[in-house]
Amino acid sequence: MSDAHSHEDIKKHVRTYIVIFIALLVGTGITVGLYFVHFENFAVTVAVALFVATIKASLVAAFFMHLIAEKKAIYAMLSVTVFFFAAMMYLIVWSRGQLPLGSEYGPTKYIPHPTASGGSY
Amino acid sequence: MEIPYTDKARPDTGLFNAKVGIWLFLASEIMLFGALFSAYILLRVGADPGTWPQGLLNIPIGTFNTAVLITSSVTVVLGWASLKMGNFGAYRKYQAITILCALGFLGIKSFEYKDKWTHYEVWKTDGTRMTGHIEGSPWFWKTETLTKLKLESIKFTPDATHYNDPKTHAADAKADHGTAHKEAVEIKTSEIKRLSAFVPAHSTFFAIYFTITALHGLHVLCGALVIAYILGPGAKMWKTNPEQYMNRVEVSGLFWHFVDLVWIFLFPVVYLL
Repeated sequence: MSDAHSHEDIKKHVRTYIVIFIALLVGTGITVGLYFVHFENFAVTVAVALFVATIKASLVAAFFMHLIAEKKAIYAMLSVTVFFFAAMMYLIVWSRGQLPLGSEYGPTKYIPHPTASGGSY
Repeated sequence: MEIPYTDKARPDTGLFNAKVGIWLFLASEIMLFGALFSAYILLRVGADPGTWPQGLLNIPIGTFNTAVLITSSVTVVLGWASLKMGNFGAYRKYQAITILCALGFLGIKSFEYKDKWTHYEVWKTDGTRMTGHIEGSPWFWKTETLTKLKLESIKFTPDATHYNDPKTHAADAKADHGTAHKEAVEIKTSEIKRLSAFVPAHSTFFAIYFTITALHGLHVLCGALVIAYILGPGAKMWKTNPEQYMNRVEVSGLFWHFVDLVWIFLFPVVYLL
């Protein structure tokens, strides 16, 4: 939110806010609508749901939180956050593949390798 | 001693103190909710078919609550815009709507929680499982409650389908949001291996569902309290230092939009996946 706004600027912004509000409601409708669409692969379902949510969240961040025209210091702060957020997500997803050597996820439960000793995974 | 940059921006960054503070706080919040989200998605994707209690949340209510929160987000930003144009009256009206939306959201969420705390799953000794309601809709019963109350049997109204049969359950959940029931049955206490309401102890799903939604609800409550304070007792500042007052409104608005933003991800992830 820049500091020097004329009344005309603000009025223009107000129109934008209303458009974004409607877009968010439509986005919610699309999200619920997609629930009734059957995707064969569950990963696709997750990806589609997160894609729509990301678009909606971007609209809120860009226009309601005014990130579309913010100061450089804010962008710098958020860049660091994005980096660590992405790193955290990557580490968590990566950890899923880290099973003891020779072990695998079974059809209904985790099956340890016969030679694996002690503890539960 | 006067604290600098509370109403005017620092020349080098172009920001006032509170704005730097709120963005740093929001950065930490992104990491907090990010950790919980990633945990949820990892557990969900790793769950075998039939083991994840899917389709037990009320989608129309969740959708309505999403609309309520989106509405509150737009009223916050419209309130700030009104204040920027010097229209304090319009600002008050918009923020009053925001607080009403926040209370509405929390009220609906409480109703949803209560619905879960009176909804049960029974694991029978013969290996069969069913979800449904106990006669009288008691809260928080568990296996030990049956012994404590010295009950020989319970009257149970099972749901039409169980989530361990994903195909029929998904169809049932999509058709009537899982509200269809079978005829009530009498279950002997001796035949019950485990009884649990839909509480955090029920399953991984409900443990993480209550953790994330309760934490989000707490944010809604705190955000509403801050907005109410600025609107009520804190409004005196509008006359003494309007610039700082507008900054406060802006900062509280940023927090509120973040709360909305979290819900935008929460809704599809928790309710629909």
